[in-house]
Amino acid sequence: MTAPRFWRKINQRYRLVGTECRTCDTAFFPPRDLCPECRRESDIAEKAFSGEGEVVTKTVVHDAISDYDAETPYTLAVVELDEGARITAQVVEGDGEVDVGDRVEACFRRVRDEGEEGIVQYGTKFERV
Amino acid sequence: MAGIVSYGGYVPRYRIRTREIAEMWGEDADAMEGGLRVESKSVPDEDEDTATISVEAARTAFENAPVEGDALGAVYVGSESHPYAVKPTATIVAASVGATPLMTAADLEFACKAGTAGVQAALGLVEAGRIDYGLAIGADVSQGAPGDALEYSAAAGGAAFVIGDEGVVAEIEDTTSYTSDTPDFWRREGERYPQHGERFTGKPAYFKHTEGASKALMERLGTSPDDYDYAVFHQPNGKFPVRVAQSLGFDEEQYETGLLSPKIGNTYSGASPLGLVATLDEAETGDRIFFASFGSGAGSDAFSFSVKDGIDERRTGLKETFEDVEYIDYAQYAKHKGKIRRD
Amino acid sequence: MLRDVAVVGVGQTSFGEHWERSFRDLFVTAGVRALEDAGVAGDEIDALYGGNMSAGQFIQQEHVAALIADYAGLATERVPATRVEAADASGGLAFRQAVLDVASGASDVVVASGVEKMTDLGSAETTEALAGSADREWEVFGGGNVAALYAMMARAHMDRYGTTRRQLSEVVVKNHENATNNKYAQYTNEVSAELVESTPFVSEPLRAFDCSPASDGAAAVIVVPAEDAEDYTDEPVYVEATEQASGSLAVHDRDDITTLGSTARAAERAYETANVSPGDVDVAEVHDSYTVAEILAVEDLGFAEKGDGGAFVEDGRAAVDGETPVNPSGGLKACGHPLGATGVRQVVDAAKQLRGEAGTQVEDASVAVTHNVGGTGATAVVNVLSDRNGRNRRSR
Repeated sequence: MTAPRFWRKINQRYRLVGTECRTCDTAFFPPRDLCPECRRESDIAEKAFSGEGEVVTKTVVHDAISDYDAETPYTLAVVELDEGARITAQVVEGDGEVDVGDRVEACFRRVRDEGEEGIVQYGTKFERV
Repeated sequence: MAGIVSYGGYVPRYRIRTREIAEMWGEDADAMEGGLRVESKSVPDEDEDTATISVEAARTAFENAPVEGDALGAVYVGSESHPYAVKPTATIVAASVGATPLMTAADLEFACKAGTAGVQAALGLVEAGRIDYGLAIGADVSQGAPGDALEYSAAAGGAAFVIGDEGVVAEIEDTTSYTSDTPDFWRREGERYPQHGERFTGKPAYFKHTEGASKALMERLGTSPDDYDYAVFHQPNGKFPVRVAQSLGFDEEQYETGLLSPKIGNTYSGASPLGLVATLDEAETGDRIFFASFGSGAGSDAFSFSVKDGIDERRTGLKETFEDVEYIDYAQYAKHKGKIRRD
Repeated sequence: MLRDVAVVGVGQTSFGEHWERSFRDLFVTAGVRALEDAGVAGDEIDALYGGNMSAGQFIQQEHVAALIADYAGLATERVPATRVEAADASGGLAFRQAVLDVASGASDVVVASGVEKMTDLGSAETTEALAGSADREWEVFGGGNVAALYAMMARAHMDRYGTTRRQLSEVVVKNHENATNNKYAQYTNEVSAELVESTPFVSEPLRAFDCSPASDGAAAVIVVPAEDAEDYTDEPVYVEATEQASGSLAVHDRDDITTLGSTARAAERAYETANVSPGDVDVAEVHDSYTVAEILAVEDLGFAEKGDGGAFVEDGRAAVDGETPVNPSGGLKACGHPLGATGVRQVVDAAKQLRGEAGTQVEDASVAVTHNVGGTGATAVVNVLSDRNGRNRRSR
């Protein structure tokens, strides 16, 4: 991901700033500018997520794309945030001990490097509470 | 009077024992452990660096702070292991706590005392009325060359302090610095590992500067070691801070709370600040804390703190996080620290 | 549809590692075979659709429909050529576009083709290219590649329905056994469940043999108005329905991650249009890019109850002599999965079943379903094909 593409969503990646539709009271992360339910009646506003949630499903990745190769094996999960949206992120926990249903909270980590000479891309991962 | 409004520390959960490193290099494990008085040191996860440690420490500080990140007028991050040679760590931290954009930010470097340099800079701006709150951080993922003496202690961690003059829980009564041009430890641009002057890092560097700043501060305030409930010093190992404390006239009861290096090693810019965090977690209203950092090159910043009401609401439980740790072997450690090059 | 459509010619290359054959060599071979099968000459062709997922990443070539037309000798005839892309559902979509083109009356003889040349890249770059079918910003950035996302669907299916590791393995055992008679398949060896379970993890619980391979290959079919079909062949295959549906790009945005809503919706519409029920289906070529995908498919296509897909395969109900034979060709797992070619290859194999020419032949197959999925399920295409013979013949 090039620097501008990463930077554009830096608030979302660093601080889990998503959106919500005030028409139907639904929270979105990743953020959406159009509510799939209300469409043109969408009333979208920024919403901060607490970063706390629960593991819906998980895997331990052994074979990753090259940028993540050095970290394998790592745990990846779909996390349902308490506000209702779901995100895909790594769970930082030794030996893949985290399990479905576990409570997790957001932490701040390096997500990937744009090569040795490029930018460092930080973002949100999760750790077991 | 201005001072610390809230604070937070972060130490990665991985540890490697001094013995494990000694055995790797065929050194006498007992002699190494006894000589350094360091049993284990903290090791960052593969995806942790000075920026992530700074952010975790800052977020802990804001969990209990009476203000939000957007109240900050300045963010300073002191470290000798900034992820970039050019591009600030401070902006990453500022963005991660929602402080941007109407604020100033900069990275500082003064070996292990860059964090306290940031505290002084933020304090100056607050006292001058230029900003309401400033955030000062000392953090490092320090490097020691494989097999070098530094490898036994070079650890990872950091601490963050919100400085202001409203809601202060640890008033800064005064601060004094003692600085000279003393090349006891350095790393040239582009080099991976620092060099050091071995025993030259002791008497003419660590001890001279720490004692110089400490005595100057007590003289200015008219205090003596007896006036303090706690004392915290820079802790490159488990031996130097004890020796300097004793030579200044402090006893074990005063320095034991803030002495973390035997368990977590030398967290460089995070070292004395983390000792202060551990001390603030236990200090009561009315207590006084004596504090002195040290940075090679060389200098020491001494502070006198007076603990105020409200400290109970700011406690972070730093030492409790030391109970959930994972010990790793040298091979895992080498991977975590990027000592194994894959290309 | 405004008018009925039939498949009158099919062709494919073998799938596998074609070190000596380029992208253009592959589609020319498949196209020529389909044209020969239909007895159609180049100057009769009105339009061409080419399914291709990612020539841009695999061989740094865009504008591939023009390339296909050119090297197939159709550029001199000025035949309009259109690339269709929906990740690894590109082939299924290319077929659907060709059918709709004929059905609309705009064209009479149309080529639907699919091609992918994957093996010029190493495995890391291939995984990277495949990841383009998932949400790069919010799944892949976090470390989720396609295998990892299917692995999380598998984990959820196991947790909710008790699907077992062995049931996943049985998908591989069945599909490899089916492929032993398929001369175009990449793998024609039988494997045991124990062997599957001894291969390294790719993304837990999925192992190396749960994944379809990277392959080179191309496939093509010729579609014409049903009323003209017998001018080309004695054994036309009729397109009773071609339906497509969408789902969220990211797996995490789905209310239920143990089902592909896109498949279920496309299937529901296809059965309605074709006036058949899942029980009428004699043979199905489904999208088993990963073993769990076949289990989801047999449920979402209505062959098995939701949650019962694992047992459906394990109990032999998906076997070639079972209740609903699934992937008698060997599926993506054993045939190979040259992304953009797969959806067309499925139509080739379904047509062969209906004509009675398949290697592993399902007895008296009269109604076939093909099911092609893009990435983790944001796109699904379901086609119902029939020979309009015997018990399933209907007047239209």
